[in-house]
Amino acid sequence: MAKIQLNGRKLELKNKYSIFTLLKKYKLESKKIAVELNGKIINSSKYRAVFVKDRDKIEIVHFIGGG
Amino acid sequence: MRKDTFKVANQILRSRLIVGTGKYKSFKETAKAVIASGADMVTVAVRRINILDKKKPLLTDFLNPKKIKYLPNTAGCFNSEEALRTLRLAREMGGWKMVKLEVLGDKKTLYPDMIETLKATKVLVKEGFKVLVYCSDDPVLAKELEYLGASAIMPLASPIGSGLGIQNKMNLSIIIENSKVPIIVDAGIGTASDATIAMEMGCDAVLVNSAVANAKNPVLMAESFKNSVISGRQAFLAGRMKKLSYADASSTSKGLI
Repeated sequence: MAKIQLNGRKLELKNKYSIFTLLKKYKLESKKIAVELNGKIINSSKYRAVFVKDRDKIEIVHFIGGG
Repeated sequence: MRKDTFKVANQILRSRLIVGTGKYKSFKETAKAVIASGADMVTVAVRRINILDKKKPLLTDFLNPKKIKYLPNTAGCFNSEEALRTLRLAREMGGWKMVKLEVLGDKKTLYPDMIETLKATKVLVKEGFKVLVYCSDDPVLAKELEYLGASAIMPLASPIGSGLGIQNKMNLSIIIENSKVPIIVDAGIGTASDATIAMEMGCDAVLVNSAVANAKNPVLMAESFKNSVISGRQAFLAGRMKKLSYADASSTSKGLI
């Protein structure tokens, strides 16, 4: 079990998650997003290879309207 | 006019109007206004995704980044580190190298922090970004941005979202005259005539958001801006007449009865 912070929210993950399966959980795997893990950007080619660990801080961002 | 294309960072744009995508009532309205504006590039912001609402529509569902160029911005960043983080994420998201840098220095006026802006520009250029830089209307700082490798200089007309139009025409004309890179007037444009004035002065393009989104009819205002930018550009290319102190009759007095 891993206690993580996802987009500023505390979250407990019961199963083992890769970045990819985490994105899938939130239906974001095919969306235009970027992922930052503990302050470092994870390239999309590594989503399946990188696993979420206890105390990880993850940010998932996307584009919104702006000027 | 057909061949008068606008080139920035080696990208050719059909329109000299760039529109923002903030402040609209809905994504549907955003998309309609963008189409009516004729712009082929729009600014977008980078934010945390709402992970709890899986069905919430996304901007990309309404504005296809394959059809309309996205210009990611750093709105809301108050130092160079925040701005760099935002743009690196934006590059990861879409592979865009062309970005709009804006580092704000004051919450009330949203004037840029030029010291942090210069710092961030330097790093971004080194990292291979093509940086369009929102800046104050200071001719010396605009030149400095050009030296640092900015792809375009984006001086403000007046504070962001104020709709006050061009407040310092003299500074803007010096910046235009001295610059070797495109000048895009950004921020403070209030209505179509403001954009025309900017274009008549010789700006390469205009960036508008609030003036369209906050109009009673944003879609109609978007179309108005499309025409005003074309009109201003045509007037600039045509070359205006000289101003005279006294009248000069349009009808000849020769043959007067």
